[in-house]
This record gives sequence, structure tokens and C-alpha cells, in this order.
Amino acid sequence: MAHEEVVTLDDIWVHYNSTPILEGISLSIEQNDFLGIIGPNGGGKTTLLKVILGLITPSHGRVLVLGKTPQSSRGSIGYVPQHNLFDRNFPISVWDVALMGRYSRAGLFRRYSSDDRTAALNALQAVGMLDHKNHQMGKLSGGEQQRVLIARALVSEPKLLLLDEPTASVDSTMQTEFYELLDRLKHRMAIVLVSHDISAVSVYVDKIACLNRQLFHHGSPEIEAEVLEATYKCPVQMIAHGTVPHRVLKEH
Amino acid sequence: MIDALQYEFMRNALYAGMLASVACGIIGVYVVVNRIVFISGGIAHASFGGIGLGYLAGFSPVLGAMVFTLASALGMGLITKKTKLPEDTAIGILWAMGMALGIIFIGLAPGYAPDLFSYLFGNILTVPFSDLILMIILDFIIAAIVIALYKEFLALSFDEEFGTVVGIPVERLYLILLCMIALTVVVLIRVVGIILVIALLTIPATMARQFTHDLRKMMLLAILFGAFFTFGGLWLSYEFDLASGATIILFSGTVLLLTLGLSRLRGNRHKRWDIASSEAE
Repeated sequence: MAHEEVVTLDDIWVHYNSTPILEGISLSIEQNDFLGIIGPNGGGKTTLLKVILGLITPSHGRVLVLGKTPQSSRGSIGYVPQHNLFDRNFPISVWDVALMGRYSRAGLFRRYSSDDRTAALNALQAVGMLDHKNHQMGKLSGGEQQRVLIARALVSEPKLLLLDEPTASVDSTMQTEFYELLDRLKHRMAIVLVSHDISAVSVYVDKIACLNRQLFHHGSPEIEAEVLEATYKCPVQMIAHGTVPHRVLKEH
Repeated sequence: MIDALQYEFMRNALYAGMLASVACGIIGVYVVVNRIVFISGGIAHASFGGIGLGYLAGFSPVLGAMVFTLASALGMGLITKKTKLPEDTAIGILWAMGMALGIIFIGLAPGYAPDLFSYLFGNILTVPFSDLILMIILDFIIAAIVIALYKEFLALSFDEEFGTVVGIPVERLYLILLCMIALTVVVLIRVVGIILVIALLTIPATMARQFTHDLRKMMLLAILFGAFFTFGGLWLSYEFDLASGATIILFSGTVLLLTLGLSRLRGNRHKRWDIASSEAE
């Protein structure tokens, strides 16, 4: 299969009240890439995701998603936002959350079709949350909510999956399960995962990008200590990879 | 109470209570779950300008209120979405300006403004037949929009950003939601008045929220609670000769506080109850 470019970012600048958040980011994400974006809090990771989603328009630079503008490619993007952003008291069931991901197929005024329902069932099955489909979203644990949000992103059968700090509220045993789920998915779509947790990410992803306003590294997950220090603006312990199995030598 | 039903004004009052419950049950749920109580209060109070204009220009104050609520709903929505003015600031400004306009208009209008008090605090016993017709039409419009756009409003309320990503026109729908709040305010003005509207938008929906986590069921329950509150309040005001609007509000507020208190007691015993437990998280 030819390596199709899923995302092309060309010299992206984003300013917030004339303070630069992203400075000249150029990045290309190909089909079946599993890219981890790491960097300190406030380094522009979420902003970069929102540029790819077309939620933020850069002050300079070009964004292409599947060869089109982000807005016209949204139907092919699955998005998993930081899960602590919604109201935990909100009266909504797991099932309704999952169906929401099919909106781009259903469209204004139309009811969700039986295809949409089947897709929601399959997605909930894939993340192991089918038994909880009638539960209230807010009653689930952090890890369970995260899996529902992933199901919601998967129901539209996206070509690109964007995850923002997906493991922030997931305990470590769940994290392994979570990365194994992504590992199965990466053959079907390009995955971009944003995290400040360097060690966990670097074990599973195929490519890594270090972001702190500028892009400090992009490529293989073996990162030099100097690059990390430049990204985090402070000394960072070394991360290294063996061949299979991947191993983190030092705890961060 | 039953013998009171032989009077036309009493039957009209019951119809008005029922029609008001439909609008405030459906829209109140959105107001509560979206936490837009303050903007609803602003829309309600700004309608006073329209009531004053009605007196001055000699047309129905309720129609004037409808124009003003719709204009202030769109105004607040656009200002908060398109400018950098903080939302609560924008609401506060339009809230006060609407009321100020009303006072100026009424001052300019010749003579005394009859039943001005009933627009401010409601008088369910004086609802004329023509207003019942208007309430039916507005209820119908609100119900039709919510049925047609149910999944859009659900997505928008739960996660606006995700809604944008999957292609929902969230800004336009938010403005439509604010306009429906405006229409609901118009429906409720005759029953509880512009100052007390906010209670009927919040109390039935908050009651309903204790019993279900399904938005549709919450709306149906809120309509039933709304009807219970308006009928109960109306009966109490009739029995004890009290102001109807205020009695309805105090009755519903008391019932809500009692149920919240009871559920907290029960929750302490069983360690499981919606509001108490999820707030603690």
C-alpha cells in the first residue's frame, strides 16, 4: 500500500493574544503511523491537535487532513478529548455518548439508522463496554469513561484517531490494556496520542514528536537526552529502547 | 377548589398552568444541564423593555415581550460567542438595559399602567383566552424544534467541542436554544411573571433530574412536576388568598428542598444517591 499522507502541517504558527503557542511546526503523519506527541504542560500539544481538527485556525501555515481542509475531513477524524472536561453529573447514557460519534454520518434532523446502531454496538464491544451501555456516563470510573470516549471516536470508522492525554486518569494495569487496544487499532488508522507521560508513550508508539512551542524532534522513539532537555527546558532522565521487547531503562 | 372550576378564569388558569409546564419542562431541562440559568434570567428580565414598549405604543405587552426576549437572546448569544466580553458581564449589561428601557417606556406612556404588577410577578387568574392561544402555539413550536433536533441538542449540551468536530452547527443551535428560552419566558410571563420565571425554569427540571439520567424522561417528568407545582400553588393561593405567582414558586421551591433534604438523609444511610455522590467526586 502506498504511504498516503494523512496529515500535513506546513510551517504552522498559532498565537494567543500575540503570544506564540506554536512556532513554525511542520509535521507529516502517514497512514498507519502511531505518533506520540510529548512535551511539558502548556507546550502546545492540545493546541496542535485542535489545529488538526480545525478548531483553531493558525495565524500562519497550511494544514491538510487527507488532502483536504480539516473542516471537510472531520467525518474521517476520531477525536478523544481530555475526559475530565465534561460535566460528570450530565444525564446521558453510555449508549447515547457512543451514538454521538455517528453524527457525521447521520446529519442534521435525521435519526440514527440501524447501521449507526450496529456501529455503536461494535465499538462498545471493541472497548469492552457493551455491558455498561445503559449506565449513566458520570457513574463510571475514569478508565471506563475513557473507553467509552474511545468507542465514540471509533464508531465513525475514522482514518485518523486523535487522543488527548488519554491515560491521565487511568491506573497502570488499565494503561497496558489501553495501549494494547491502540496497538490493535493502528493497522486500521493513523493514531496521534498526546501525553506528558514520556515513559509510557515511548514504549508503544512508532514515532515520537517532542513539542514545546517548537518541534524538537520527530521520528523514531529513541530520543537523545539533549532533545528532551531542550523540550522540557530542564534536565530529563534518559529514555531508551531495546529491540523487542521495548523497555524503559529508567523511570522518569 | 372543584367548585371554583365553574368560573371561566379558574379553568383558564388551569389551562395556563398546563401549557406553562410543557414549555418550562422541556426547556428547563436544557437550562439546568447546560448551566445557563443566568442567561435565562437575563433574557427574562430584558423582556421588561418589550412590556413597556407595548404600553407606550399601544400593542399587547406580551407581544412586545416576545420581540425583546428574542432580541436579547440573540444579542447575548452573539456577544458571548463573537466578542471577548465575558459571558456574565454581557448578560448583566443586557439584563439591566432591558429593564431600564421598560421603565423609560412606561414613564413616557400616558396615564397609569394597569396590571403592570402582573407582568412582573404573574397572575395566573387573569390570563385571557387570546394568551392561551399564544401559549399553545409557542408550546407547539418549542416541542417541534426539540423533537426535530433532539440528538443535536444532546450532543451540544454534553460536549460542545466534540459536537463541532462531528459537524454539528453548534453556534447556530446555541442561538436557537436561547431563542427557545426566550419563547418559554413569554409563555411563563402570565403565570409567574418575568421576575419569577427563573424558578419555573429550574425547579421542575432539578426535581426530575433526581429520578432519571435520560434527557427525554427528564423532560416528561419535569412537565409533570411543573403541572403539579402550578396546580398545587394555584390551589394554595386560592385557599389562603395569596398572590398566585409567588405561591407557585414558594410551593415548588419548598417541595424541591424537602426532596433534596430527604434524599440526602437516605443517601447517608445507603451511601448511594445521585446528587450527593456524584457531587462528591
